[in-house]
Amino acid sequence: MKIHEYQAKALLKKYGVAIQDGVAIKSIDEFDNAVNTLRERGVNQFVVKSQIHAGGRGKGTVYNKNNREEVVVQGGVKFFGSNVEGAREYAAKIIGNILVTHQSGAEGKEIQTLFIAEGLDYKKELYLSILLDRSNSKDVIMASTEGGVEIEKVAEETPEKIIKVWVEPGLGLQSYQARELAFGLQLEGSAFKDFTKFIMALYRAYLETDATMLEVNPLIITNDDKILALDAKIGLDDNALFRHKDYEALRDLNEEDPLEIEASKSNLNYIKLDGNVGCMVNGAGLAMGTMDLIKLAGGEPANFLDVGGTASAETVENGFKIILTDPNVKAILINIFGGIVRCDRVANGVIQASRNLNLNIPVVVRLQGTNAEEARQLLTDSGLNLIAADTLQDAADKVTQALAQAV
Amino acid sequence: MSILVNKKSRVLVQGITGSEGTFHATQMIEYGTNVVAGVTPNKGGTFFNDSVPIFNTAKEAVEATKANVSVIFVPAGFAADAVIEAVSAGIDLVVCITEGIPAKDMVNVYDHVQNLNRNGRSVRFIGPNCPGIISPGECKIGIMPGFIHKKGKVGVISRSGTLTYEAVDQLTKLGIGQSTCIGIGGDPVIGTRFIDAIKLFNEDKDTDAIVMIGEIGGNAEEEAAYFIKKHVKKPVVGFIAGRTAPPGRRMGHAGAIIAGGKGTAAEKMAVMTECGIHVVESPADIGKTMQAALEKLNAKKLKAKKEKKNIKKAKKDTKKESKKVHKALKKAAKKVTKKKK
Repeated sequence: MKIHEYQAKALLKKYGVAIQDGVAIKSIDEFDNAVNTLRERGVNQFVVKSQIHAGGRGKGTVYNKNNREEVVVQGGVKFFGSNVEGAREYAAKIIGNILVTHQSGAEGKEIQTLFIAEGLDYKKELYLSILLDRSNSKDVIMASTEGGVEIEKVAEETPEKIIKVWVEPGLGLQSYQARELAFGLQLEGSAFKDFTKFIMALYRAYLETDATMLEVNPLIITNDDKILALDAKIGLDDNALFRHKDYEALRDLNEEDPLEIEASKSNLNYIKLDGNVGCMVNGAGLAMGTMDLIKLAGGEPANFLDVGGTASAETVENGFKIILTDPNVKAILINIFGGIVRCDRVANGVIQASRNLNLNIPVVVRLQGTNAEEARQLLTDSGLNLIAADTLQDAADKVTQALAQAV
Repeated sequence: MSILVNKKSRVLVQGITGSEGTFHATQMIEYGTNVVAGVTPNKGGTFFNDSVPIFNTAKEAVEATKANVSVIFVPAGFAADAVIEAVSAGIDLVVCITEGIPAKDMVNVYDHVQNLNRNGRSVRFIGPNCPGIISPGECKIGIMPGFIHKKGKVGVISRSGTLTYEAVDQLTKLGIGQSTCIGIGGDPVIGTRFIDAIKLFNEDKDTDAIVMIGEIGGNAEEEAAYFIKKHVKKPVVGFIAGRTAPPGRRMGHAGAIIAGGKGTAAEKMAVMTECGIHVVESPADIGKTMQAALEKLNAKKLKAKKEKKNIKKAKKDTKKESKKVHKALKKAAKKVTKKKK
């Protein structure tokens, strides 16, 4: 689960991690209040930061929501110093418009929240992140003197500038490891001390929030040698949500595709893509394999949809509805490897859904497992545009044929 | 005939009275698996299906029934605890079917098992978020449909569930049986990785060839591929699901994500091909590619057999020849001595 910068900072603050202060606003009317609140906390320089679930905001472009051709302003993050008027003007301009960054995709994301934050003077930008190293099943802390740029770029061009420390699960992060990182970052004096405290608190936050990824880029050394998170990105483990009931409030549905939200309500795992062949499959691996098969058959997958290992008639109908909402879909491939699931039941679900939804595009149905023969008969006898397929290759061939007819 | 599990496996089912546990324990027993015990806290002293004794703890179950494999069907919030309970009770093979376990919990389980193994135990856990393990005709531990399998000599390893069934089904329909099929699971932290399973299949005399089915995310397939290049002479057929998956999205499995441009299907397929694995583009081609690989292998074996035979014959001939020569020489020598006399 992704969350916004301002939410990540609020989480970190609870664990005593030094962060850039700020107030999130959802409307320009809240701007003055936010500035006043920050002033009361001693802040006299201001930054306006767009809150969207994509990186590269500072270098992004803001487009008019009603006229996507029109560039409103360059940059989704701006520093205004003590110029509150300028900050207000900029904030009013961008809120409600679309920010496109190199990570957001061409369609961009609507800026619905702004983080009005304290402007800080600093002498150095650093990089720091914690994530799971899948190759040895341990958490790894990565730090670099090259802050403010993408770590993938650093890894590619100057990998020697990335310092890594692995945490032993039974022991936790040790002080010597914190020092190792601080030395690696060439810190000294009070910044050194401050950093070791910072990383200890940050690792605790990573553990206790059940984060899968925690990235602070940049981590800054202020002019008075304090270490502080200027930006913060946290990915939370979806599998751990059951023990963090409060995270539900952090989910921003505006950041998600409406179809994906609809699907998740029926416990379907759906991801919207740009292709012309919809698919519905049981199991994630087979679903990905089926998408690949569609591509090889001459189509483009319109979605990923896993209806779960044990597909029922009801989930199949719900899945059908979701796929058909996508106007780009010219054909559908249903691939259910039943095994223990009874195929005739799934077939009945498909037939029922096709009738209810007035289906008018070809649907290739491949059901394998218990009662597969009966299922094929049911499909063929239905009188609907349902094409029964036998093997995976047969299904692929029939998708190719269906596409040829659709064009 | 198989790796890790066979007819002798004595299986304990943790979470046997839950809906998943009940259903699949029944299926396993029907398949012929020797289910010797179940564990559900507070249900100790009762019986499952009037025949399998249920215990409160894994420890009691192991002491009473000598169970040596455990399969876990308990909910995600309690599954990590269940794995540790099983290994603490002395079980050396734990198969965790449960999906949705927090990654942090599995990091701790993995570390605990590594520590036990450093101290002389040899514990292995499979999964989580996996279909389990089956040695066809002998023992099924997990949720896979037993009837699609056939006893034979191909080992199957996969991160996926239903895609594995698809591959197995293709093999079986071509008459190619399997020695053991292992679903290693779709999570980022798993107990048995590709490389571990490949090592076992490589050492198994009754496994002739291997199918490995990977997917996007992580680099476990590459790690296994380099091992195969160096150590495995058996033919390996590979497929990677997710060539069409968009970066940055989690494709159903917690571990199936292209992160920071790493873990793509293209990357994995390239490394696997380079390491001599028969990589298929389409999941529909897994069976027939294995068939071709086996035919080649059998032709090679036949040729080797013939050559061996020829060499044997040649050796025999030379022996005969040398015997003849020897005899003739002896005769000649006798003649000479006679003449001398």
